[in-house]
Amino acid sequence: MAMNDTTTESAPATESAGMPVLHKIIFAVLLVFLIALPFFVYPVFAMKVMCFALFAAAFNLLLGFGGLLSFGHAAYFGAASYIAAHAAKVWGLTPELSILCGAVAAAFLGVVIGSLAIRRQGIYFAMVTLAFAQMVYFIALQADFTGGEDGIQSVPRGDLFGLIPLADNMALYFFVLVVTFGGILALYRVVHSPFGEVLKAIRENEQRAISLGYDVNRYKLIVFTLSATMSGVAGATKSQVFQLATLTDVHWSMSGEVVLMTLLGGMGTVFGPLVGASLIVTMQNYLATFGAWVTIIQGVIFVIGVLMFREGIVGVVSRWLKRSL
Amino acid sequence: MMFELLGVPPQVMMGQLLLGLINGSFYAVLSLGLAVIFGLLNIINFAHGALYMAAAFVAWMLLNYLGIGYWPALILAPLIVGTLGIVLERTMLSRLYHLDHLYGLLLTFGLALIIQGLFRNYYGISGLPYQIPGALSGGQNLGFMFLPNYRAWVVVASVMVCLGTWFMIEKTRLGAYLRAGTENPTLVGAFGVNVPLMITLTYGFGVALAGFAGVLAAPIYSVNPTMGEQLIIVVFAVVVIGGMGSIMGAILTGYMLGIVEGLTRVFYPEGSAVVIFVIMAIVLMLKPEGLFGRRA
Repeated sequence: MAMNDTTTESAPATESAGMPVLHKIIFAVLLVFLIALPFFVYPVFAMKVMCFALFAAAFNLLLGFGGLLSFGHAAYFGAASYIAAHAAKVWGLTPELSILCGAVAAAFLGVVIGSLAIRRQGIYFAMVTLAFAQMVYFIALQADFTGGEDGIQSVPRGDLFGLIPLADNMALYFFVLVVTFGGILALYRVVHSPFGEVLKAIRENEQRAISLGYDVNRYKLIVFTLSATMSGVAGATKSQVFQLATLTDVHWSMSGEVVLMTLLGGMGTVFGPLVGASLIVTMQNYLATFGAWVTIIQGVIFVIGVLMFREGIVGVVSRWLKRSL
Repeated sequence: MMFELLGVPPQVMMGQLLLGLINGSFYAVLSLGLAVIFGLLNIINFAHGALYMAAAFVAWMLLNYLGIGYWPALILAPLIVGTLGIVLERTMLSRLYHLDHLYGLLLTFGLALIIQGLFRNYYGISGLPYQIPGALSGGQNLGFMFLPNYRAWVVVASVMVCLGTWFMIEKTRLGAYLRAGTENPTLVGAFGVNVPLMITLTYGFGVALAGFAGVLAAPIYSVNPTMGEQLIIVVFAVVVIGGMGSIMGAILTGYMLGIVEGLTRVFYPEGSAVVIFVIMAIVLMLKPEGLFGRRA
């Protein structure tokens, strides 16, 4: 089920020993940039971008490297958002523990839905994940603790480890930076591990991977769960930033958005999802007043992206530079 | 009476059964369209729900802008939306056949966003009323329940369309070409059948089916830009449960799940929104290829 038609095949094999120098440089520049960013832009906006960058990177682990198109990733993002908001507000947990609760919930959901979804392939897999995400949506709509249409509002920003207050946007920003940047590095580590190599083998030729003795379904379930968990971290962090968990987080359009971010930035690239998430969130921010036009523009990007731009932005740059990004 | 034993008044029971049958009619016609398209094009038409909604709007526009009533709209709207489908297939979808089928899903998802966004922009989300045609207003008192004429018509019309489609595909020469094209398009092309044309018309026909369902739905639900989005996800679950290998399977699964949903509304109302997804989970555990599916 190779979704990529170009990027990874044309890219040189990653060096087995550690991170390539180019990637190290990009990550270092990115980190410096992100440390400086809140002094120039509104920190809440920057935090939103980072949360979605982690979400898209987690999604890309599954689609770009596992070759599995999930159309229901809002389920893990949103469920974690609700659980983390609930944990912070009702249980009074500290931010890091709330996020942990959200991530655990997303992981649990990932194992349950993943183990069912991997029984089907390709298009059916996409439909199954979408349908289960819709089920999670209905549960969020009807359950008592989720607050129905209102969602969970005014979630308190607690003290990190019970010590450092995060009520200030700047303080929270650096906490979110550590969580999301750490998450993205962890995902990078997974992709470039022996486990990640097996994943790519399964993506390229599942039958062959089976004949080589790999338990393909186990790998698929693990990558699905990992992706769901990291999506959960992103959603949980987002609920702490906005002090809010709503139905938007579990809605199917959120699942579509993360697909769009990954497609636009470049499936199966390391930095593509980060670029895609930044662009889409920025666009939503500037076009927020135009209402349904945002949906239309997203649809147009989808259509153009699929018809003539399947490598995504980073995929194209990667081809020009002849370097894997 | 059995119903009274279960503590449910027969009126409630029959009312929900009818509602389930109505929903099942839409599930059946939509999943039939998906199955027809999938058979030949190997793509899942994510825009199916949006095109269903578009046809309801076309019917509304025909009435309000041109004064064309329900009965002509029942033919015209599917034709118009089907033609739109043909244009989309020729200009966009046909460029993706050599790629992974998932790109077709992504493309049609984008198209769904565009169609839905456009209608939302111009007509808002409050919904527009569409009158039940005069000949079908009112209803019959069957003694044990009141049967609105229009709802009875929806069930009858959908069954007719489903059986007609089944007959055309399974029993006619045209259908034989279609089935052969599903099995081996290259060979069918070698016999002189214009396969690309067949693919285009099949997509148009599948979309027209969605359009027909949209016009049927217009007087029942208000005409609304979001009317397709929830429905299509449930229909996806229906399609996973039934498996898309069989035309009759898609039809039967649609009606069956509509009825199951209706019964759930009687006995456990909180579960009615998720019961189809729960059934999907069970089917995935016991028979992953679907009730009527062929082993992939």
